[in-house]
Amino acid sequence: MNRVILSALLSHWRRNPLQLITLLAGLALATALWSGVQAINAEARASYDAAAATLGEGRYAQITARDGGAISHDTYVALRRAGWAVSPVIEGRIDGVRLIGLEPLTAPGGLGPVRAGGGADLGAFLSGKGQIFARADTLARLPDLEAEPVTAPDVAPNTALTDIGVAQRLLDRPGQIDRLIVLPDQPLTQPPLEQVAPDLICSAPQAGGDVARLTDSFHLNLTAFGLLSFAVGLFIVQGAIGLAFEQRRPMVRTLRALGVPLRRLIVLMAVELALLALIAGGIGVALGYVIAAALLPDVAATLRGLYGANLSGQLNLRPVWWLSGLGIALGGTALAASGALWSLARMPLLSGAQPRALMMARSGGGQAAVATLLLLVAAGLALWGEGLLAGFAMLGALLIGGALVLPPVLGLVLRWAERPARSATAEWFWADTRQQVPGLSLALMALLLAMAANVGVSTMVSSFRLTFTGFLDQRLASELYVRVEDAAQAEVIREVARDHADALLPLLSTERQVAGLPVEIYGARDHATYRDNWQFLYAVPDPWERLARGEGVLINEQMFRRAGLELGSAVTIAPGTRLPVLGIYGDYGNPIGQVIATEPLFRDLYPEVTALRFGLRSDPGQVPALRAALTDAGIPQAAITDQAALKRMSLAVFERTFTVTTALNVLTLAVAGFAILMSLLTLAAMRLPQLAPVWALGLTRRSLARLDLLRAVVLAALTAALALPLGLALAWALLAVVNVEAFGWRLPMYLFPLDYLRLTGLALLAAALAASWPAWRLSRTPPAQLLGVFRNER
Amino acid sequence: MLLEVQDVTKSYPGTETAVLRGVSLTLDAGGMLALTGESGSGKSTLLHLIGGLDTADGGRVCIDGTDLTPLDDSGRAALRRGTVGVIFQQFNLIPSLTVAGNIAFQARLAGRHDPARDANLAARLGLDDHLQKYPEQLSGGQQQRVAIARTLAAGPKLVLADEPTGNLDESSSDAVMALLQELVAETGAGLILVTHSERLAARLPRRLHLRAGRLT
Repeated sequence: MNRVILSALLSHWRRNPLQLITLLAGLALATALWSGVQAINAEARASYDAAAATLGEGRYAQITARDGGAISHDTYVALRRAGWAVSPVIEGRIDGVRLIGLEPLTAPGGLGPVRAGGGADLGAFLSGKGQIFARADTLARLPDLEAEPVTAPDVAPNTALTDIGVAQRLLDRPGQIDRLIVLPDQPLTQPPLEQVAPDLICSAPQAGGDVARLTDSFHLNLTAFGLLSFAVGLFIVQGAIGLAFEQRRPMVRTLRALGVPLRRLIVLMAVELALLALIAGGIGVALGYVIAAALLPDVAATLRGLYGANLSGQLNLRPVWWLSGLGIALGGTALAASGALWSLARMPLLSGAQPRALMMARSGGGQAAVATLLLLVAAGLALWGEGLLAGFAMLGALLIGGALVLPPVLGLVLRWAERPARSATAEWFWADTRQQVPGLSLALMALLLAMAANVGVSTMVSSFRLTFTGFLDQRLASELYVRVEDAAQAEVIREVARDHADALLPLLSTERQVAGLPVEIYGARDHATYRDNWQFLYAVPDPWERLARGEGVLINEQMFRRAGLELGSAVTIAPGTRLPVLGIYGDYGNPIGQVIATEPLFRDLYPEVTALRFGLRSDPGQVPALRAALTDAGIPQAAITDQAALKRMSLAVFERTFTVTTALNVLTLAVAGFAILMSLLTLAAMRLPQLAPVWALGLTRRSLARLDLLRAVVLAALTAALALPLGLALAWALLAVVNVEAFGWRLPMYLFPLDYLRLTGLALLAAALAASWPAWRLSRTPPAQLLGVFRNER
Repeated sequence: MLLEVQDVTKSYPGTETAVLRGVSLTLDAGGMLALTGESGSGKSTLLHLIGGLDTADGGRVCIDGTDLTPLDDSGRAALRRGTVGVIFQQFNLIPSLTVAGNIAFQARLAGRHDPARDANLAARLGLDDHLQKYPEQLSGGQQQRVAIARTLAAGPKLVLADEPTGNLDESSSDAVMALLQELVAETGAGLILVTHSERLAARLPRRLHLRAGRLT
């Protein structure tokens, strides 16, 4: 019996292929966007895990030099002799690849080549030319080095591992060590670190910028977008399932009248949907792979640019990801179908069997009440919520509330528009449009969400771009920037600057813990460059003058928010040095806190820090001569960056940062357009009984088609009108709540009316295009088919 | 005895007067009777109770020795699959199945599918040229013939026909009725016909009239 019933149920899809395509495509697209994002996240996490596993990042305590410089070999030996179980590490870059030198005999188990190579030949690793372990793509990027390359897929992306001696040779830093890994098992009687090596400090595991933690917010943002896209897709699925169930009400009644028990029917319908969900989920996961593969290079660039996290640009197929894609497809279908199955389970056998497609939407009053409640929750969370989760909960409540309020609002507006109508056609047009709203409401809600997301994200990105460009103009004021390798080269810069530059601004910095947070402390020279260009979010009067007198420090916004500081708050930047905050400046694109002290104070506190980066001020016309003088003095071209190039590079990183969200935005809008097309097509056949009488009363098929087209555009325009405030609310939430929580800075919000106008135009065009095919079909409907409506009614 | 209805009552929530007020009737195997009455007299309700499509408030309905009163949804569904065949005024065909698929459907559900019997019924009902068509491609008369074929192909012991020609014109109605009578007689099943039409009711050997929920 089950086969007979299932074949009858499935025959519905055979006869209504468009509905089947809508259901499968909606679910596949929803799953694709979701699983694409998940694939990217999974790939990123795998990269972080690989980094943690091969490099021990975040897993072990580390010892570094207090001044941020190198640790001498003698200090290392002294520590080992004192009983400290430590292992030396050196790091550097060769052609952009991060080269790590480890000491395999002392490194903790599971670290480095001991793990990476599996059956690695320790002798070959340690002796002769040595070996370099890396992924195949990383090895391909390395120049011809005097070491044997060994492919090791487990090594973190863009990273190569070798013996510390080989690394010192390749990096031309003999005898130098960057940090010491502190092994978990230490002898009980070792002398304190301060006693053996007072110039070194030990940081606990997870201290400092753990990449996975830093990037969590970025991945959370991506996940939120994935969920939003999935929600838009689910609207389509719910529409398709709801329509299919409504159309099958007569069949269900007949099946039951012919002796099919209700419970079995429900189970079989659930099985049928599960089969369809698995098919769509499979297609969706495959599509998701394509999306992820296309977006991954941009995500990798974003993470590298924002956080310095290394991510593989290649996508791997992971079973967990496949299963989660299929799981979300099944779960989404269950969610979308639960209402329809529930109403079917409660449908009396002898209830009216006619489809009630136009009554599909929930009762207007109840929906409006739920929407109002959700919008109130969103407002409450915006006012009193704290933390990133509260931010996302607010976004969810805002978007769902906004979507649910759409049909009741459309009903009200259309009722109001109907009043002044004088001609019979106009009156019918408005009344009929109102009647179409329930049938189209899910597609219109999808359009609303897609448009709101588009307005919200484009406002955020454009506001960010505007702020960031202004910020770069402030911060990159020097005409040239030079990075040198050592103190001798720094002296050369000073000499060249004396003769050829208007001013030399050393960029002194060191990393420290301030107010319990890892921060960069800068020493700023008292110069007009800073006074003339830098703008503060909040500042005391004459902040630069007071800074120069050593009366306080400046901090960036991240520090201000994370440490809960305010103007005048005292900050301890070194033992015994406690200074008030004089100003708070915006610092976009930087994940960690900063403190600026005046140069003399900085040099007093950190005499061991040498400036290796410099800004050079010069008349723009003299820049080529200054550059020539620098290169003549032996500074390599690669060490000199001009202001324009630096701005270009920073903006390029920024643009790639938002490529991913923009791509997801466009995809979401496309899904919404698809939803409208499919809804109109599936409703077209059911509209014949409503159109036939009007046709019989004297309106031509062409006029009816034109009015149908106009109806779609009117509904899209009304939806756009509601999407705009919703999108702006979304932008505000992203800028003022989510961004602050996720990145630590708050951006000013700018409005871009022309962009919104263009988006509205696009939405209207999409609606018109979606409606044009059903309208064209209506204009070509044979009169016999319209007459058939009357025959069927007989 | 094929059917025994004893003192059956039925009312619907929200209505003051009962639709059926103590109706009793019997029908022997192979017997045929017409049930007539005004609109709202309770004809269709009585038919639904006999067919296990609805449950009575009081009294009992026995078909082929089975009391329907204690049966749950599954039990009544089994009765509809195996023992009773219902022909509806609105045909209630499955729109996504072809004519052939519709004819075979109930028999397949009941596990009694016989393709030869389907073919014979289709030929007798003039449907052999339409077997691969879908219901929407047929006229009302043709659709009702498909509904009749579907019911008879399952070999029910009792056929319940609720205004089976209510959607047809007079000549189609007479033709369909004649065929129904003939085919039911051949299978030896019982037939209860609910109709408004005096003319159709007169075709059957026995006739009962319902008025305000009582048989007269």
